[in-house]
Amino acid sequence: MTSTYAVLSEGLEKRFGEVRALRGLDLAVPEGSVCGILGPNGAGKTTAVRLLTTLLRPDAGSARVAGHDLVREAAAVRERISVTGQGTSIDEDLTGRQNLRLFGRLHRVRGPAGRTAELLDRFGLTEAADRPASTWSGGMRRRLDLAASLVRRPDVLFLDEPTTGLDPVSRTLIWDVVRGLTAEGTTVLLTTQYLEEADQLADDIALVDRGRVTHTGSPAQLKSLVGAHAEVVVPDTDTLARAAAVLDRLTGAQPSFDHERNAVGAVSKDPTLTIPLLVRALDTAGVPLLDVSLRPPTLDDVFLRLTETTPPETTGATGTTDEKERAA
Amino acid sequence: MSMLAYHGTAMLGRQLLRLRNNPGLLILTQTMPISMLLFFGYVFGSALAVPGEAYRSFLVPGLLVATASGGIMAGMFQAAQDTHRGVTNRFRTLPMSRAAVPLGQAAADLVATAVGTVPFLLVGLAVGWRVEGSALEAVGALALLMLFRFACTWAGIYLGLLTRNEEAAGQLGGATFLLPLLSSAYIPADGLPGWLRTVAEWNPISAVATALRDLFGNAPVPDGAAWPVAHPVAGSVVWCAVLLGVFVPLAVRQYAHGER
Repeated sequence: MTSTYAVLSEGLEKRFGEVRALRGLDLAVPEGSVCGILGPNGAGKTTAVRLLTTLLRPDAGSARVAGHDLVREAAAVRERISVTGQGTSIDEDLTGRQNLRLFGRLHRVRGPAGRTAELLDRFGLTEAADRPASTWSGGMRRRLDLAASLVRRPDVLFLDEPTTGLDPVSRTLIWDVVRGLTAEGTTVLLTTQYLEEADQLADDIALVDRGRVTHTGSPAQLKSLVGAHAEVVVPDTDTLARAAAVLDRLTGAQPSFDHERNAVGAVSKDPTLTIPLLVRALDTAGVPLLDVSLRPPTLDDVFLRLTETTPPETTGATGTTDEKERAA
Repeated sequence: MSMLAYHGTAMLGRQLLRLRNNPGLLILTQTMPISMLLFFGYVFGSALAVPGEAYRSFLVPGLLVATASGGIMAGMFQAAQDTHRGVTNRFRTLPMSRAAVPLGQAAADLVATAVGTVPFLLVGLAVGWRVEGSALEAVGALALLMLFRFACTWAGIYLGLLTRNEEAAGQLGGATFLLPLLSSAYIPADGLPGWLRTVAEWNPISAVATALRDLFGNAPVPDGAAWPVAHPVAGSVVWCAVLLGVFVPLAVRQYAHGER
């Protein structure tokens, strides 16, 4: 194993009773990069973070984090990593300043007071610094949580859904901090449900489904694997089938129907598909149109498209996506 | 070892900061034993055959030990709360000894108990309790009390790390309130019927309460009691050693293993 990878895992497995949370997770995160682990709820993202941060022991497989074996050299791994988990993990009965000074002391940081003031300022928490964290807003607590992970610069920073449920201001701030960290040489491994977040931050994305990495690549590479989401709305049921046939031919994908709206949609396999192409083809086929739309792929689209070759249950899942879209 | 001391001290500092931020909590935990002293001492005391003052002298050491057994509840609640809030997991990812967090918690609890015992003893003095033995024996009694509290707190920390849930810990902790009722903390055990007396005499609380009464010179060691009560000081030390021997390794292991 080379030392140029900050995180290198092979075949990590973890089971909780009957549930196989991880079924052979392989990850290779180069030093100084940001790796986004993307996947739906229950894919195993959090379990992966808990294993890689020594909170859980793998049932099988091995991993090296910051150059040390995860199991045999757990103490050495802990010397070099920081973790901000889902939800908060600070002492709410202490003030923000007291929290950061405590974690500074525990990390044996020189001059914890100075570092604390610096971090409070960086995260926009100076004003509230001397009030108990229990009186803070959720966004402020999450920022404090991340600040607590940075009292000393970690070699590898793990962020488990760092911005889920956060307001745009906090989200942008956290993104800025992550970008700044990699400039200093820290490797960041973050899990997220948001394609946009991975897009903004990650050099590489590992798509995780059912405890395995199914695809890896840069955000652009992953997006190029999936085209835009095309939808056609027609005036009556009779023309729906004809519209679907055209869509099928152009997108190379199985269209899904929304019979209430007389609409048919498909996530294109061809990234070069455009609205004029679509309209021309439908016109040539004599399909009367009420509406035609083409929008960038969402996480759902990317995810469903990239996983539909692996598991057999994709048809049902596509239906669910349609329902979600209708509701939205 | 020095790192354990360093991190343990940092964790102790954390707990003391929590107390400083919320001093009301310390006062609140002390109102319970004081009001029990007044209720039991005057309400029950008036109905007993022994004179009220004699019962209150008997009661003060008993309540001290009963309150110390509340370390189970305190340790459990704090450990469960930290786990529930995610702080324990953050500590687990830090490079420090696996014993530092529970040790710091138990040490801080000891400081809080030492401070909290002062007002209780003052009220005790006001209602007629006195140190009737030597000063050295009185110091020994307080040291024994602290040792027992320390042991109870470790038991609580283990249970709290096991339950992980504040509410469950609160419920379970409430049940520990019953433990002193099955001991000689509030009443002499020799008046209890056969098997109940055996249970009470093998309750560690009885041994420690008897030891305190003996060392403070408040009441003699009862005749014909089970070994830990018949030899209360040695019995108390053995009980504390057993509790610590069992629960310190269990708590440290439970902390280190986490949720795996």
